[in-house]
Amino acid sequence: MSDLLIALATLPLWASLGCLLWPRLADLLSPLVALALVGCSLLLLDAIAATPVILHHLGGWGGDLGISLRADALSALLLALGTVVTLAATLFARRYFTDDQVRYRFWPLWWLLNGAINALLLSADLFNLYVTLELLGLSAAALCTLGKDKPQALRAALRYLLLGLIGSLLYLTGVALVYAEYGTLAIPSLAQQIQASPASLTALLLLSSGLLIKCALLPLHIWLPAAHSSAPAPVSAVLSALVVKVTFYLLLRLWFELFTAVITPAFATLIGTMGATAVIWGSWRALMSTRLKLMAAYSTVSQMGYLFLFVPILLALPDHDSRALAFGALVLFALNHGIAKAALFLAIGIIQQRLGHDQVDRINGVARQLPVTLFAVALAGSALVGLPPSGAFLAKWTLISASLVTAQWWWLLVAVIGTLLAAAYLVRVLGAAFAPAEPPPPTGKQLLSGELPALLLAAMATLGLGLGAAPIWSLLAPTGLGNIL
Amino acid sequence: METTQLIYAVTGALIIGLGLSAALRDEPLLARIIAINIAGVGVFLLFVAIAYRGFGQTADPIPHALVLTGIVVAVAASGLAIAINRRLHHDSPSGDGPAEDSSA
Amino acid sequence: MTPSVLLPLLILASSLIPGLIIFTLKEERQRLRSLLNLSGAIVKVALVGWLIWGVYQEQVFETRWALAPGLDLVLHADALSVLFVSLSTLLWLVTTIYAIGYLQHSPDRSRFFGFFSLCVTATVGLAMAGNLFTFVIFYELLTLATYPLVAHKGTPEAIRGARLYLAYTLAGGVLLLVGAVWLRTLAGPLDFSQGGILGDIPGLDQDSLRWIFLLLIAGLGVKAALFPLHGWLPQAMVAPAPVSALLHAVAVVKAGAFGIVRVVYDVYGVEFAAELEVLTPLGVIAAFTILYGSVKAMSQDQLKKRLAYSTVSQVSYIALGTAILGPLATIGGVVHLVHQGIMKITLFFAAGNYAETLGVHRVSEMNGIGRRMPATTLAFSVAALGMIGLPPVAGFISKWYLGLGALEAGQGAWIIPVLLASSVLNAAYFMPILYRAWFLPPNAWPCENDTRYAGETLPSLQWPPVVTASLALLVGLFAASPYSPLEWAQLIASREYRQ
Repeated sequence: MSDLLIALATLPLWASLGCLLWPRLADLLSPLVALALVGCSLLLLDAIAATPVILHHLGGWGGDLGISLRADALSALLLALGTVVTLAATLFARRYFTDDQVRYRFWPLWWLLNGAINALLLSADLFNLYVTLELLGLSAAALCTLGKDKPQALRAALRYLLLGLIGSLLYLTGVALVYAEYGTLAIPSLAQQIQASPASLTALLLLSSGLLIKCALLPLHIWLPAAHSSAPAPVSAVLSALVVKVTFYLLLRLWFELFTAVITPAFATLIGTMGATAVIWGSWRALMSTRLKLMAAYSTVSQMGYLFLFVPILLALPDHDSRALAFGALVLFALNHGIAKAALFLAIGIIQQRLGHDQVDRINGVARQLPVTLFAVALAGSALVGLPPSGAFLAKWTLISASLVTAQWWWLLVAVIGTLLAAAYLVRVLGAAFAPAEPPPPTGKQLLSGELPALLLAAMATLGLGLGAAPIWSLLAPTGLGNIL
Repeated sequence: METTQLIYAVTGALIIGLGLSAALRDEPLLARIIAINIAGVGVFLLFVAIAYRGFGQTADPIPHALVLTGIVVAVAASGLAIAINRRLHHDSPSGDGPAEDSSA
Repeated sequence: MTPSVLLPLLILASSLIPGLIIFTLKEERQRLRSLLNLSGAIVKVALVGWLIWGVYQEQVFETRWALAPGLDLVLHADALSVLFVSLSTLLWLVTTIYAIGYLQHSPDRSRFFGFFSLCVTATVGLAMAGNLFTFVIFYELLTLATYPLVAHKGTPEAIRGARLYLAYTLAGGVLLLVGAVWLRTLAGPLDFSQGGILGDIPGLDQDSLRWIFLLLIAGLGVKAALFPLHGWLPQAMVAPAPVSALLHAVAVVKAGAFGIVRVVYDVYGVEFAAELEVLTPLGVIAAFTILYGSVKAMSQDQLKKRLAYSTVSQVSYIALGTAILGPLATIGGVVHLVHQGIMKITLFFAAGNYAETLGVHRVSEMNGIGRRMPATTLAFSVAALGMIGLPPVAGFISKWYLGLGALEAGQGAWIIPVLLASSVLNAAYFMPILYRAWFLPPNAWPCENDTRYAGETLPSLQWPPVVTASLALLVGLFAASPYSPLEWAQLIASREYRQ
């Protein structure tokens, strides 16, 4: 079973090296690697169902000194999300890049990014997490520079990189404080030691603020819309679906496994309020966007906000069962957003390539020209809005229910307003796409192979996660989440 | 915590603060990259101060290992940032200054 | 899997699978598409026949699938679901035939029929929903499946109508969702059961229950077009005629009315709802909507708009029957679910025929149309008389039982006048149409489309209204025979009251 962890962490790095050395083979190699990784992550899920925590010390260095890989249900689920989205985006990217030069630069960075994501999810040490965060930030920013509209893409990439570096520095300062206070950085040991103290609180604030920048929680989101909307489509998909999500994963670990003793209801309410603002502001900006990719990027801001809404609710819930239910819903929401947003970006990528632009007001005729892609947009959009039977519907049901149980009805109001705004921007796009074009465009071929990844992802978010979500709760049940479950 | 350690730690914290505030201000991009590096030096200094175990004692090796790794990462990050910055100037020489928020 | 588990799934699949296949078909594959549509519809009719027989024998049909801890997707067929399932299945078959003819030469038919099938799947799922959670899921799905149908033509007007439709129904869906979640946190899983579930749970806060009732009814009232939530319905008239038929008779409006019946009878329990004093406000709103819809209908010159306002009025009979405590009113309300569907679909088919064959969209253009299209106009007349409530057409039965129910509940003093006034108003907006159609000399038609056929119009357009009009006449004439809608309604009423 440890082999699975090693494979997941290192295979992308080997692939990156391979793509660098033999660029001509990259198109062939990448889908195979992506497929192998999906296989590994599914096997890991299966293994997790039997053994709740899998731990491996690299090179046999035990204890807190060496580098160790650790997987539990939460990381395994996110790994599965990561590998599945990567597979779809990889298949999409093979057809997306037409310029060989761009292609040669793309694949090594792509696998580096994927390696960083996997390594982050498997790290059990605050400093290793720093290294993976940096690797993530660097490879993501480098990928952003491959966007078509050069000066704009470069500017967005640079801003993304610099803000990411600032976030990393804050995080690293927090790590230094933790080490000074507790003398270790290994998460399992820290989980038993951290107590409420001024130093712990400072460390928590530094670590959190660093990560919140990377998570793009309002008002620290300023870098996201530009970066996510100017990157090439497969990169945008992975940035929105995975990169912000794994930083959120890290925050979850920090807040609920390490710093439980330090977190006060006031802190949780602050986080929840920022999340609520993000939900509404992000959806509003998405509704006002004139470009599809910008809309999708703002939608990420708002969807990340929902994840933060769960924080005060989780802490306020009275008993173990209701917390477990809400926590499962939180994970489900993250998975749902990851898959649906990736599908949306890939579908928008197809529309942009076909029409040469992604202006919302000028996509009339797409309903006839690209029916399959538009169907994918509609499915992915419904999953983002939270319409049944998507995973987000179940998650929102649970969120609303938990906010009623804890008598915090204002979160309910936020969720409702956010949902209606999200529905509004979805309708805006669909309405524009259904409008007839002059002259009528030729009816599109029924299914282009480039359209398949987006469609399958979208179907997975709406049907797969909606109807097959129950195992998520049973997987999460044995380990739960650190000290609160 | 001894005085020596405290002096280094406080200096480190000050450098971090100065570096970050310079990095967040609107300056030429190159200046921001340098400012971030300076802030990074502050963090490393903080780690060095933490490693101190008293006069004549061997220092804690772990923070040193962390600092070494950190330096490698910082060099890579600066390299990438400078490369992008250069490319930006190359493509649009007038485009100095902070990145525009194209969305706003 | 045993048949009792499988049957509800099969009924869903019989329209879902053809629908999904149709999406992938090329535009030109007209034969294959019609074959899929019709065989799906016929298989569904057969399966529903099995279901009717089984439920009559008091067999239990239930499928359960856990979506999350404590949230089960439940399909469960009881007498009330069977009534709605058989109505929509039968009318779907007829509407499919009609739509195939109606859309013969228009573009994007694969898309249209795909969503058409999804729409019926959602309706049938909603009818068989076994708890409030499942009901909410299918209720939202229905919204999603009908939106592309309303927007189908793609004209700015159609897109505007569709957007308005979606704005209303999604907002309603959110209200329903919040109400359902709230009730779930108070009272547990909410599996529908005859006689209601809330009455048996001790210690529930009555004020909360009243607020929840308001949320649920407001959410459902949007689709059921209760005043003041009816604004989308007249605007949705831009959709093609088969879609209007679907919206008004088979799916959307009916789903709202059906939901009101479900909430009042199988969640709250009608007796418990009466104790909470929430029925009288519902009745007053329903009565007001009945009169309001009729008054608005009189001033419409566009035929489809007039029919739309007539729907606003007629569907509220169902809500009115639900709001009156007593088995007779229940029978009247429930049976009107079926009767209104059959009569209204006839009217829309006829209106579609006028528009498609002669380009007639307005009442003022209908002079003498009875001579040009006698079969269609005869069907229209039968349905219109039924709407007014003349015996022996089906509408009379509903109104009769509603009136008896009002007397039984001691509320005759205000309900009987409402019913009478409504009938007079119905006559006032239908009779002029019939007079024009039969007794005035014809003018020139705005644009005559199909002159290639010997008959008055295409056979696949001509026969559906004739069939449904005959059905309206038959269920009225043979209301007392076994398996008639009236008998089912009596069965339902006998199971809903406890004493």
